[in-house]
Amino acid sequence: MSATRLDNIDRAIVNRLQQGLPVCDEPYQAVADELGISEKKLLKRIQQLLDDRLLTRFGPLFDAERLGGALSLCAMKIPLDRFDKVSEQVNAFDQVAHNYEREHLLNMWFVLATASAEEKNEVVREIESVTGHRVFDMPKEREYYVGLHLPV
Amino acid sequence: MSVCISRSEVDAEKETDSAELDRRIVFATQAGLPLVSRPYDELADRLGVSSERLQQRLRAMLADGRMRRIAAVPNHYRLGYVANGMSVWDVDDRCVDALGERVGALDFVSHCYRRPRHPPDWPYNLFAMVHAHDRDEARDKVERIAALLGDACRAHEVLFSKRILKKTGMRLRPD
Repeated sequence: MSATRLDNIDRAIVNRLQQGLPVCDEPYQAVADELGISEKKLLKRIQQLLDDRLLTRFGPLFDAERLGGALSLCAMKIPLDRFDKVSEQVNAFDQVAHNYEREHLLNMWFVLATASAEEKNEVVREIESVTGHRVFDMPKEREYYVGLHLPV
Repeated sequence: MSVCISRSEVDAEKETDSAELDRRIVFATQAGLPLVSRPYDELADRLGVSSERLQQRLRAMLADGRMRRIAAVPNHYRLGYVANGMSVWDVDDRCVDALGERVGALDFVSHCYRRPRHPPDWPYNLFAMVHAHDRDEARDKVERIAALLGDACRAHEVLFSKRILKKTGMRLRPD
């Protein structure tokens, strides 16, 4: 199922739920009232959207750094004939939350999520030693905006 | 025997309890919020606290920013946003913060950060993720950022994602 097969109710739900669920006794009822549907229908649709993987997740979104952890964006420049092997080596680290191949000389980009800054530095060194390639560590120095809102 | 506990000791104990409960809330909700009529009651039951206390802690975490919101995370690929470009910019250090705020405020930018340069391989210090339905639309959006940055920007590139190599989401582990 893709976006083109979402009906208007699904679209309204996806758009509304990206903005946040209230904290009250019956939060789904509150959102259902806003959308003009029943609570039962809303819950069923959210489950369906999750089952169809149109939503990755539904729940509290935490700021890992404010919880005391460390996050960093890292990049590597990997020769094409080594790419799959290195990708396997990097992905084997639990601390690698996601990893993308991008079209650039720096062609591997991943996010490290660790419990502390020390652990992050340690993992960077371990990845360099396991793969034999340099890791360009690019922790955020300042956040201007975070808040994906994709209208569907 | 007199038991004398100062007010600050009581407060300190409460704070420790709250911090521990907050940690447990983080782990209990990593898989998501229960899809039932009274989700906070169910979560509170699981954690052995009252729903009122749980809701109070959720509000506290939202207020101080440890929790951004309780919301849906869309799978942008499956929702038709298949052109996801990481636009990167070499912006004058003297005005990057003021300009970063303006770029971040654009409605098609989902994340906007300042990060360290690594010259000569990597001269860029401003990152803005752009989501679009196709590459032409993404490039149009990048042009709008370029216009906003003007002369303060010396160079820029857009790195499109070619393949997802791993996506597990963030997993915070107990100590």
